[in-house]
Amino acid sequence: METMNLLQAIHEGLAEEMRSDESVMVLGEDVGRAGGVFRVTQGLQEEFGAARVMDTPLAESLIVGSAIGLSVNGMRPVAEIQFADFIPPAFDQIVNEAAKFHYRSNGDWNCPITIRAPYGVVPGGALYHSQSIEAWFCNTPGLKVVAPTFPADAKAMIKSSIRDPNPVLFLEHKRTYRLIKEEVPDEDHEVPLGEARVHREGADITVVAYGLMLYTALEVAEKLSEEHGIQTEVVEPRTLYPLDKETILDSAKKTGKVLVVSEANLTGSFSGEIAAIVAHEAFEWLDGPVMRLGAPDVPAAAFARPMMDYFMPSAKEIEAAMLELARY
Amino acid sequence: MAIRETSAGHEALGLDEDDLRRMHYHMLLARRVDERSWILNRQGKAAFVISCQGQEAAQVGAAYNLLPGNDFLYPYYRDSGMTLLLGQTPRDQFLSLLGKKEDPNSGGRQMPGHYSSRRLNIVTSSAPVGIQYPQAAGTALAYRIRGEDGVVLVCGGEASTSGGDWHEAMNFAGIHDLPLVFLVENNVYAISVHAEFQVAGSIAKRAEGYGFPGHEVDGNDVLAVYEVARDAFGRARAGEGPTLIEAKTYRITAHSSDDDDRRYREREEIEEWRQKDPIVRFEKYLMENDILDESERDEISERIKAEVAEASKYAEDASFADPEDVLSGVYAEA
Repeated sequence: METMNLLQAIHEGLAEEMRSDESVMVLGEDVGRAGGVFRVTQGLQEEFGAARVMDTPLAESLIVGSAIGLSVNGMRPVAEIQFADFIPPAFDQIVNEAAKFHYRSNGDWNCPITIRAPYGVVPGGALYHSQSIEAWFCNTPGLKVVAPTFPADAKAMIKSSIRDPNPVLFLEHKRTYRLIKEEVPDEDHEVPLGEARVHREGADITVVAYGLMLYTALEVAEKLSEEHGIQTEVVEPRTLYPLDKETILDSAKKTGKVLVVSEANLTGSFSGEIAAIVAHEAFEWLDGPVMRLGAPDVPAAAFARPMMDYFMPSAKEIEAAMLELARY
Repeated sequence: MAIRETSAGHEALGLDEDDLRRMHYHMLLARRVDERSWILNRQGKAAFVISCQGQEAAQVGAAYNLLPGNDFLYPYYRDSGMTLLLGQTPRDQFLSLLGKKEDPNSGGRQMPGHYSSRRLNIVTSSAPVGIQYPQAAGTALAYRIRGEDGVVLVCGGEASTSGGDWHEAMNFAGIHDLPLVFLVENNVYAISVHAEFQVAGSIAKRAEGYGFPGHEVDGNDVLAVYEVARDAFGRARAGEGPTLIEAKTYRITAHSSDDDDRRYREREEIEEWRQKDPIVRFEKYLMENDILDESERDEISERIKAEVAEASKYAEDASFADPEDVLSGVYAEA
């Protein structure tokens, strides 16, 4: 067992899949010689060659569209969108094509592609290197959207995504790339898509979060436990779509109090879907309102640090929301 | 750039009489299936028709070069001449037209013209115009990566060259010398918009900028299209890279059964192009070369008529999928 951060874990997962299956390949901007702007694919081109680790032209629709076509002809491509903010040109290929291949052909074709996209606010990232884009894609039947946060999960889930016969959008929060290290199993540790994870058990309140907000929520949960004796259950969806409702509802029914935190713009965010499910399906168990925290409805995080920090739900705001919820 | 017409007789192209009969049969079959589709629409049985009429020579001439099972086809919604040639049947076409359970393209999910057959390497298609080009480039790239000799044929109308996907795929194909044949069936109209307001300069000439050959060909001359496509497939199979073919043709019908083309074009213009009908033109060639005579032509026509009638009847009598089938098949099972 090796200790790795998120970047290294995703790299290892990719490399292992490429070693065990010749049809697995990587394509995207700067993924080859440079090894990716975040170094996730560093060394892969040396090991597997320029054809299987391919630098593409700067054209997102082409990157995803050609990945679809590669999968048609026996390959298992992993397409990288350099920053999730740049995914809109590929929207048509993802939503109208990849996600619909199986359904529209009555099961004749399928589209086993993985699209990796770094998302989330990062200092200096500003409007176009910061966005949380998951809500755009969580209304797309036929597509799977995953957002693992911890290294061991990420390594297992990149492998599950590559092996999945469906298109998978694999979201990686940039600010968590080097945030923590943990022990990552060497061998085939499996985390199936579609299963949430309970990080911390607690009987008083439930917090559902992913990405950087998950780390923050876990820290605040420890603090509330020490300072106030409030026991928080923290649930990470890991796969956003299709969502593991059961794990979230089980927790909601146990605590009766649910807060959903993400850094996406609040209105229309995927947090709204989670809140709606809890409000409807766990209504009789609830002791307080289903609460949400997210970014304000402004386009995206700002470049200047004070404005960026103001944009993000802070540990202080999360703590206040959790305390408010606990009081019901 | 000169528009290419048949420069040689069929013998010089390596085609024998059986090849010509097969080409002719499928062009006429596509036309008759199409005509029957409009009747079913006017009878209130078919909700929507999208036509191939006028483009049969471009379709059959190009697709005649595909090696079934080895090559891939990315058709667009008018390419019934191609899908029939590859082995879809008139029954398949009518089952799709009427949205029946046995529709091989989609099981009643998609509009007609959205072809799919994994068995025949016809990649599932959709409605956004031009979206297929990057996919076709990827499919060709897989051949390149594995060092195989497969070729991909990707098709669209002239308006499909206006969007970014076409240019992105052309660029990528040029960079990697992909075994890809782009066929643009320039039928002059994008619904109502004349090519004059759709296309700057020449489509065929754009290939030069991407570093590979582009040809303009008379799209109503099946042998001319066959010839230029044969060379393109040969280039691709030899690892020499992509080719762009712009087949100049004309859409004889309205855009679809929901379109009234009297709003945007003169009847005289259509009549002029009817005089250049690719099927009539090919029959003239066949008769002049003593490959077909009037009685054989009538015999083939009768055979197709009966085949189309049977297929239409079969599809009309066929059942719809269960309504709850709309819920199935969203995800592939591992």
